[in-house]
Amino acid sequence: MVPVVFALAAVVAVVFAIVTIAHSSPVINVLSLVVVFFAMAAIFALLGMDFLAAIQIIVYSGAILVLFLFVIMLLNIRSVERLGSGRRVQALLGTVVAVGIGAAALTAVSLLTPTSGAVYPGSLETGTVVPIGRALLTTHLFAFEFITLLLVAAIVGAVYLARRDP
Amino acid sequence: MWVEVLVIGIKLAVVLAALLTTVPIMVWVERRASALMQDRLGPNRVGPFGLFQPVVDAVKLITKEDLIPRDVSRFLFILAPVVALTVALSTFIAVPFGSDTGLELFGHAVRGFIVAPDLNIGVLYIFAIASLAVYATVLAGWASNNKYSLYGGIRASAQTISYELAMTISVVGVLMASSSLHLHQVVEAQTGTWLGVLPRWNVCTQLLGAITFMVAAFAETNRIPFDLPEAEAELVSGYLTEYSSMKYAAFFMGEYVHMTVASALMTVLFFGGWTLPWIDLAFAGWIGGLLSIGIFCAKVAFFLFFFVWVRWTLPRFRFDQLMALGWKVMIPLSVLNFLWVGFAIAAGIM
Repeated sequence: MVPVVFALAAVVAVVFAIVTIAHSSPVINVLSLVVVFFAMAAIFALLGMDFLAAIQIIVYSGAILVLFLFVIMLLNIRSVERLGSGRRVQALLGTVVAVGIGAAALTAVSLLTPTSGAVYPGSLETGTVVPIGRALLTTHLFAFEFITLLLVAAIVGAVYLARRDP
Repeated sequence: MWVEVLVIGIKLAVVLAALLTTVPIMVWVERRASALMQDRLGPNRVGPFGLFQPVVDAVKLITKEDLIPRDVSRFLFILAPVVALTVALSTFIAVPFGSDTGLELFGHAVRGFIVAPDLNIGVLYIFAIASLAVYATVLAGWASNNKYSLYGGIRASAQTISYELAMTISVVGVLMASSSLHLHQVVEAQTGTWLGVLPRWNVCTQLLGAITFMVAAFAETNRIPFDLPEAEAELVSGYLTEYSSMKYAAFFMGEYVHMTVASALMTVLFFGGWTLPWIDLAFAGWIGGLLSIGIFCAKVAFFLFFFVWVRWTLPRFRFDQLMALGWKVMIPLSVLNFLWVGFAIAAGIM
C-alpha cells in the first residue's frame, strides 16, 4: 500500500513539476505547482511527518501561491510569450549544470541513507508538533530567532518601498 | 479491515447527507428569517411554512440552461465550482461531532463520532483544506473573462490571506490551553464548570480569541459584512456573474457548507463541542452518545442562525475598511489573546 501511494505521489509531483515550467499560461503554472505541493505533502505524510504535510499545504498552497495568483491577476497576464531558445551554448551549459546538480543530490542522498531498512514509514512520534516545537525552541533556537529577525527586516523593507511620500 | 472500511464509509455517508441537507434548510431559514427581520412574510406558499421552497428552487436550478460563455477559459471555468464544493465537503472529516461511547457496529468499535479518528493534526488538516477554498473563487473570477469577476477574484485572494492570519493566531490560544491538536482532546479539556456555574468553555477564558475567530470566519466564508468578492451592488455578482444552473448552485452549496464547518469549528474550539457543562452524559451509554450529537447540532444550529442574523443586520464594509480591520485590528487582537493565554499558562491560572 505505502509503495503504491508513494509511486503515485512521486509520478504526480514530477509530471506537474514539468507542467509548471512548460505551460504557457501563468495561471496553469501556479495551479500545477499547487498539485506538486500536494504530492509533496502526501510524501511527507507517508514518512510520518503529518505536521510538515499540513504546514506545507497551509503555507505554500494556501497562502504563498494565492499571492502568486493575486499578482498574476492584478497584472492580468493571460499568457507568456516564449523567448527565443537562445544560443546553443546556453542550452548545453544549462543541461550540464542541471544534470550535475541532480547527480550531486542523488549521491548525497544515497550516501546519507542507511543501506538496510526502509525509510518509510517513520515513527509517528517524529513528525508531530511536540518534537518539532521542542527542537525549534532548544536545539535550533538561534536559527529560529534569526529567521524571525530576517522576516521583520523584510517586512520593514517592503513597507519602506511601498510608502507613498518618500 | 473491510469492516473498518465499511464503518468509515457509513460515517462518511451520514456526514455527507447531513451536510448537504443543511443547505436547503439554511436557504429556507435565511429567507424566512430575513423576511421576519424586515417585517415581510417571505416564501410561504410551497408546503407548510414554505418549507418546500428550497426543493422547488433546486428543481429550478437543475432545469436551467447551463450556459458557458464563449470566451471563458473552459477548463478552469468548469474546475472552479468543482473545487468549491469538494473543498467545502472534505473539511468536515476531522470535526468530531459526538462523544466516544464505545458504540460498536458489526462488532467493530465506532471510535467516536468523527470520520477520521486517527488524524493527530485535526485542526491543521481543517485549516490546510479550508485554505484551498479561495482557489475556487479566484479561478472562477479569472476564468470568467469578465472584469467584474476578475475584481471579485482579486478581492477574494487579498481578503482570505489577510483574515487567515487572524484566524490561525486566534486558534493557537485554544491549542495551547488544551495542549493538543486533536479536536477530541480540545473538547475534553472544556468539560466541567468553574464554581459549579460558569462552563469551562474556552470562550470564557479567551473571549478575544473567540471574537477574532468569528469575525475571521465571516470573512473566510465571504458572508456579509465581508462579502466583497460578490458584492452585487458594485460588482454585479463578482466571481459568480458568468455562472448559471448547477455550477452556480455548486458555489452556493459550497458557501453554506463552509458556514456549517465554521459553525462546527466555533462550537468545538470555543463552546465545548458536544458537552453540556452541568450534565455528564457518560452514564447514559450509547443513548448519551446520540444525545451528545444532538447537543452538538443544536450549538451548530445556533451559530448558523447567527450567520443569518448578522447578514440581515449589518451593512457591507468598504474594501479599504475591510483590509484595515483585518490587519490593524483583528491581527493585533488575536496576538493579544495569544499573549494572554501564554501569560495565564505561565502564571498557572489556566
